[in-house]
Amino acid sequence: MTRKRIRLYTVLAGLTSLAVAVGLVLGAFSDNIVFFYSPTDLQTKHVPPERQLRIGGLVEMGSVNREADGKKMSFRVTDQRNTVAVTYTGTLPDLFREGQGVVAEGKLGADGVFKAANVLAKHDEKYMPPEVAEALKKSGHWQEGGAK
Amino acid sequence: MIPEIGHFALILALAMAVLQSTLPLYGASTGRAAWMTLGSRTAVAQFLLIGIAFAALTHAYVTSDFSVLNVAKNSHTAKPLLYKITGLWGNHEGSMLLWVFILSLYGGAVAVFGRNLPERLKARILAVQGMIGVAFLLFILLTSNPFLRLFPVPLNGEGLNPILQDPGLAFHPPFLYTGYVGFSMAFSFAVAALLEGRVDAAWARWVRPWTLAAWCALTLGIAMGSWWAYYVLGWGGWWGWDPVENASFMPWLAGTALLHSAIVVEKRDALKSWTILLAILAFSLSLIGTFLVRSGVLTSVHAFAVDPARGAFILAILVATIGGSLTLYAIRAPGLKMGGLFQPISREGALLLNNLLLATATATVFIGTLYPLFLDVIGGSKVSVGAPFFNGTFIPLMIPLLAAVVLGPFLSWKRGDLLGVLGRLKLVFIFAAAVALVTWRVVADGPAGAVFGMGLAGWLFAGTVAEWGERVKLLRVPRAESWRRAAGLPRGAYGTTVAHLGLAVLVAGITGSIWQVERIETVHPGDHVDVAGYDFRFDGATPVPGPNYEAQRGHFTVTRDGREIAIMQPEKRFYPLQRMPITNVSIHTNGFADLYAAMSDQAPDGGWVVRLYYNPLVPWIWGGALIMTLGGLVSLSDRRLRVGVPVKAKPVKSKLGQLKPERG
Repeated sequence: MTRKRIRLYTVLAGLTSLAVAVGLVLGAFSDNIVFFYSPTDLQTKHVPPERQLRIGGLVEMGSVNREADGKKMSFRVTDQRNTVAVTYTGTLPDLFREGQGVVAEGKLGADGVFKAANVLAKHDEKYMPPEVAEALKKSGHWQEGGAK
Repeated sequence: MIPEIGHFALILALAMAVLQSTLPLYGASTGRAAWMTLGSRTAVAQFLLIGIAFAALTHAYVTSDFSVLNVAKNSHTAKPLLYKITGLWGNHEGSMLLWVFILSLYGGAVAVFGRNLPERLKARILAVQGMIGVAFLLFILLTSNPFLRLFPVPLNGEGLNPILQDPGLAFHPPFLYTGYVGFSMAFSFAVAALLEGRVDAAWARWVRPWTLAAWCALTLGIAMGSWWAYYVLGWGGWWGWDPVENASFMPWLAGTALLHSAIVVEKRDALKSWTILLAILAFSLSLIGTFLVRSGVLTSVHAFAVDPARGAFILAILVATIGGSLTLYAIRAPGLKMGGLFQPISREGALLLNNLLLATATATVFIGTLYPLFLDVIGGSKVSVGAPFFNGTFIPLMIPLLAAVVLGPFLSWKRGDLLGVLGRLKLVFIFAAAVALVTWRVVADGPAGAVFGMGLAGWLFAGTVAEWGERVKLLRVPRAESWRRAAGLPRGAYGTTVAHLGLAVLVAGITGSIWQVERIETVHPGDHVDVAGYDFRFDGATPVPGPNYEAQRGHFTVTRDGREIAIMQPEKRFYPLQRMPITNVSIHTNGFADLYAAMSDQAPDGGWVVRLYYNPLVPWIWGGALIMTLGGLVSLSDRRLRVGVPVKAKPVKSKLGQLKPERG
């Protein structure tokens, strides 16, 4: 085994693992990247059906409607220009409130209602999800210091 | 007055760091001993000065001195003493002070305990440590001064985010930082070696204890963070591939690779430039982790810094450190003499495979974590990369790695006999297959991946035990002889064995979590919920006052086949100061599985929405991490690796592997 061959083998092994990594990453990327849409994006852009996506905005005041068992609920998410109706079954994060920023992950139904599988709100009341902040800025309804 | 002393001490520490980063370097290149020894003195002085600053800030926190802005923002008189102290690093400025304090602790330790290091190498190591110190002290003094005063002085502080008021999280940052910053030692050793232009077995032996200590702390820190996420966040999971988690996981992966490649440098004088590169990468990833968490690019509970100047400053440190060290590497590494040769199938080959897989895994985690940021910066779509991506890329890379963990130690150095080893591992394979089979029978409806995972854990466990058995010639020589051999094995060897056993336990725990049973129900007093054969009876909720919160406490009686197992009392707490509700989970464990109950919200009809989980084997995740840390500590206690013990580099003979099976 000469040094040259060792170097060759090492380079080959490195390239192989690189190729494996690229393959894995590309494979996983095509299935698992989740795109973010604001309520306005949902109106104006084409949204592929049955694809996992994230939406975000503010929980519209007075829109939260829980069924008697407290598990099934519906609410509307707004960027102050457009709104989207969301249905969700499960438990909400501690900081989910009307008027607060929220991000929901799920699928858009054919009826235009977003079926959330997951609702995210972070552990800080001053927190505004960056996507939501951007969506609000785009729709021209951003207030410095966050929505109260 | 005391905060000003702290501030002043910090400025003096910066001056010391400037001296430390320049004079010894000059001394080393011109061969002036007096200048070189300055490195040790300034390092100790820097440690003492930062210690004073740290003590001053601690004093401000303990006495609730709200004239200090940092204290006023993050503390409150009603907070328990423990959280007053740990509140120090629960915010950006304080945590950066902790960062440099640990950095100077490492520098001071090298100065004091590194007596056996060659004078020139030591001077260069301390100089590099000094440079890192300069960068971070400047960062603190210019953008994140924790000693800023506040006027008028508020009557009380704003308090600490209640979710951080938890013993598990209180000590998570110190361990994490001890790990992160610990890799700065490996980095300084690597850069110093590049300056010297020489890497040998002795160098590897010096660098290993530091890396090992950092690795142990980081393992513990990550485990604590994950444990905290499990029992505080109330979602029943323990790892979410959150960017903040990934930020600490990447240096861990690179550090694990570094530990293994350093063995090859030490034993066989090979893989030298790769090891240097890994040392640079491990610390670079630590810096990137600090940047990700501290700059505010990932806005979450961790992002204290929303000030873009800070982000830009850390980014500049990052570019200078990584760019500088990699440039030096590019210039100097080709000059490193290549060491021992080996066949692809050999101990070195196995360790190289370990390194390739770990490095590839680090790269995939890196891509998944940074891709959304990258896309955002170039103005592309807003995307998020979640758990499915990481599971899809990381797990396929870990499977061959875990399989190879067993094979590696059986292969001899230089040239191994894979078929022979596989033959000797027949029993281990049968054991693993039996574990998989039993798993399959017991949980008939489980996913195939979980059965495979348990088999893999069995393979790891039995293989590691078999390797130990092989070394002490268990059952092949009289028992007394085996005992004598067992007692004679170096601690380093035991460290490996224990750490690999811990890995087996960890893999079993992670696999077990696949069988999690989740029930989300709305319950009224008297209702029963069945969770995996356990009967949860809800006995109602009662209001309970806390020191700085109000709570609703739920009462559950858990029975199985009519026998009472546990009374569980999860709480929903409300912190009026921050107007923040917090879920307080109740966990009952028997060591093999957790019962987990969390209160969510009160339903309109007066019932409570609760989350109930049965989490089989999940406690093993932290048990495994603890065992791995223990393995690292055992290895650290090995005499040969102990810092400060004079060691001579042993000549490496090609037949060493065959003659003496004991090695660390």
